[in-house]
Amino acid sequence: MTTDTAATIDLSTWSCPLPLADYPEIVMGHGGGGKLGNELVEHLFLPAFRNAALENLGDAAVFDLASGRLAMSTDSFVVQPLFFPGGSIGALAINGTVNDLAVSGAEPKFLSASFILEEGFPLAQLAAIVQEMSAAAKTAGVQIVTGDTKVVERGHGDGVYINTTGVGLLRAGISVGPALAEPGDAILVSGTIGDHGMAIMSVREGLEFESQIRSDCAALNGLIANVLSAAGGAVHTMRDPTRGGLASTLNEIASASNVGIALDERAIPVRPDVRSACELLGLDPVYVANEGKAAFIVAPECADVVLSVLQAHPLGREAARIGTVTTDHPRMLVARTAMGANRVIAIPVGEQLPRIC
Amino acid sequence: MCLAIPGRVEEITSDGPIRMGRVNFGGVVKKVCLDYVPEIAVGDYAIVHVGFAISKVDEATAEETLATFRAMGVLDEELATEEEAFARAADRPQSNCPDGSCALPDSATSTEPQLLGKKYRQ
Amino acid sequence: MKYLDEFRNGEIAQRVAREIHAITTRPWKIMEVCGGQTHSIIKNGIDQMLPVGVEMVHGPGCPVCVTPLELIDKALAIAAQPGVIFCSFGDMLRVPGTDSDLFQVKGRGGDVRVVYSPLDAVELAVKNPDRQVVFFGVGFETTAPANAMSVHLAKRRGLKNFSLLVSHVLVPPAIDAIMSSPGNQVQAFLAAGHVCSVMGYWEYPPLADQFNIPIIVTGFEPLDLLDGIRRAVIQLERGEHHVENAYERIVSYAGNLEAQRLLSEVFETTDRAWRGIGVIPRSGWKLNAAYRDFDAEERFHISGIRTVESPLCHAGDVLRGAIKPGECPAFGKECTPRRPLGATMVSSEGACAAYFNYGRFLSFEQLAGAGR
Repeated sequence: MTTDTAATIDLSTWSCPLPLADYPEIVMGHGGGGKLGNELVEHLFLPAFRNAALENLGDAAVFDLASGRLAMSTDSFVVQPLFFPGGSIGALAINGTVNDLAVSGAEPKFLSASFILEEGFPLAQLAAIVQEMSAAAKTAGVQIVTGDTKVVERGHGDGVYINTTGVGLLRAGISVGPALAEPGDAILVSGTIGDHGMAIMSVREGLEFESQIRSDCAALNGLIANVLSAAGGAVHTMRDPTRGGLASTLNEIASASNVGIALDERAIPVRPDVRSACELLGLDPVYVANEGKAAFIVAPECADVVLSVLQAHPLGREAARIGTVTTDHPRMLVARTAMGANRVIAIPVGEQLPRIC
Repeated sequence: MCLAIPGRVEEITSDGPIRMGRVNFGGVVKKVCLDYVPEIAVGDYAIVHVGFAISKVDEATAEETLATFRAMGVLDEELATEEEAFARAADRPQSNCPDGSCALPDSATSTEPQLLGKKYRQ
Repeated sequence: MKYLDEFRNGEIAQRVAREIHAITTRPWKIMEVCGGQTHSIIKNGIDQMLPVGVEMVHGPGCPVCVTPLELIDKALAIAAQPGVIFCSFGDMLRVPGTDSDLFQVKGRGGDVRVVYSPLDAVELAVKNPDRQVVFFGVGFETTAPANAMSVHLAKRRGLKNFSLLVSHVLVPPAIDAIMSSPGNQVQAFLAAGHVCSVMGYWEYPPLADQFNIPIIVTGFEPLDLLDGIRRAVIQLERGEHHVENAYERIVSYAGNLEAQRLLSEVFETTDRAWRGIGVIPRSGWKLNAAYRDFDAEERFHISGIRTVESPLCHAGDVLRGAIKPGECPAFGKECTPRRPLGATMVSSEGACAAYFNYGRFLSFEQLAGAGR
């Protein structure tokens, strides 16, 4: 998988290919602060991320930001495999941090990118990852203004780890948070759930299967900006249900807001093939990770407006209203099943394992 | 231990000594061992458990069973819509006939299980 | 998915449930043996659709739950050995042994991998000729053909680096043991449909006769389960006790003869300890003499294991149907899916975990208010 994707990257197309081509793999010297490290910056990172703040190559990035309240978020990315259907560790590293800022009500602006590379990691793959980061940053409208590279000895890493930290500018008049859900609020989700987790599962050794399932990895700041400009005051809570899936996110909101959450299981959008893959492995889509979906908790009178704004955006076509915030069963997530009965959806313990046995 | 689901056999191949096949489970395709279902052909459905087809789905019987299910209580006007059915579920619990209101229908004690459905269908 | 979705129709399920209400005059206790059925009953809320008094008792049909602690400890010891690739189904990773679980062994450097099929483990052995690949082959009759094929293939290919840590358990002796146990309250059985797809159901009529119990071969989808329960209640109300097949699209009387042929070539019957229940005579399969070379217990001589069960855990009573998970004093307190004391809280098919995760600890009033 990884090599397939990397093989399509032609190093000779880079602006100054020679120094990189000299070493087809990462060596300890790339993290040594000397010439090799500089070459990596100059010939790989700079051309890909080019912007004024980065080009200073100072110890810190300096940039202008309109006055106001700032939001800051950080996340590290260690996904395996590095390339998967619909995305890569590079796209995830940008979109993950962009989305964390966006669901906090901020407009993401500037990101840092730090790489921990394993000795022997193919430069062609690093180039492919960096290219994906560059494309994702462009799509999300953010700039990568500072970064760092370290190299660890072979066997001490897993190819590449990436950390990104982002700052964004909070929008005026927006107040969202996990503790602000109110009884009566409507719960919406911006699209089908479980796509990312099952895309990863489809290429995991020992579990792999053929499918059209692709990660939903995407930057949600545009979608969220639309929602906030249409009905900003009505949005009480926004979260992106990543690891642990929709179930974890909604459970956290129920706890933080001290409310109950009632879902209609039939209303939760799930791609048919994602549902099938879950059947095959004995998993429940509500626990499977997403990387391009958001859950919105909004005042009921604005639910229809928010839903139509979501559905008008390319990333929100499958958006749906899936439940209601209630005073019943506080701090619990309860779903009405397709049989008309109810079940509690608990917080998962650790990673969801294929329930084969 | 019985997570097994039905899939449609798309291709039959042999992988060295064993008979393998590609089985499609609602858009997800997995390689599956077909050695235990020698009668299976492309287009058939099989129940698959941990990578092994363990039984061919008898499609005619499946349709019959469904028809029997569909026939159950079709004259029950109260349950005309699915929404009402859900509302009804939420109305539980019903007492377990303290007043004998849910006594056996007259013929239920003497009909075969399959006939119970037919009784409601007439 | 075809042949799955049709059997999940909520409206028809309500009608079948109504039939059950209409024919029920007395309380009945019905045991579903299979963990997969327990999972489906609770996930779909089937038990909430039944008349009050028609109670589903969750039986010992989760192989992860009944695998004896001593064997888990052996698995942990083998997995910790250098040069070993230890493979198992996903659920086994979290089952607590006396001191740790497979996740912890992995954390300490053991090469523990989740595979979908035993054939994947054989493939790993082919790809890693310098490593010993061990597959943890637990399961009921449904999984036995897959595990049998893995050793059969390994033998045919002359693989010297593949072995099976095997613990197969059998349903009919378990039904016998439950019905014979003092204080048993189970009045009817839903026999596990997928077990029967392999073995057929010719073993069940003598049990139905001996113990005067209806036994219904039942599938796993909501309509299948409700139909199995409906047929059991009909028999109970009439005072009848025979074997019925409510999963005809999959199960035949004789079962899968091809699978049975390989099973008899690879395995032989043995007494087997069931975690929480004890030894049930002739209730399991082990590799026979012709395949002993592929038995991980023979290949890795593990000694010095001290196995200690938690005294707080009542998993045995739960597995026998003597108590509901919520009636165990440790349930939800000392014992949760995060810190399981017994295997029934570990496997998602385990009765205790299913109760915990799907909220049988909620009062009905709380549940009824949900989802509106």
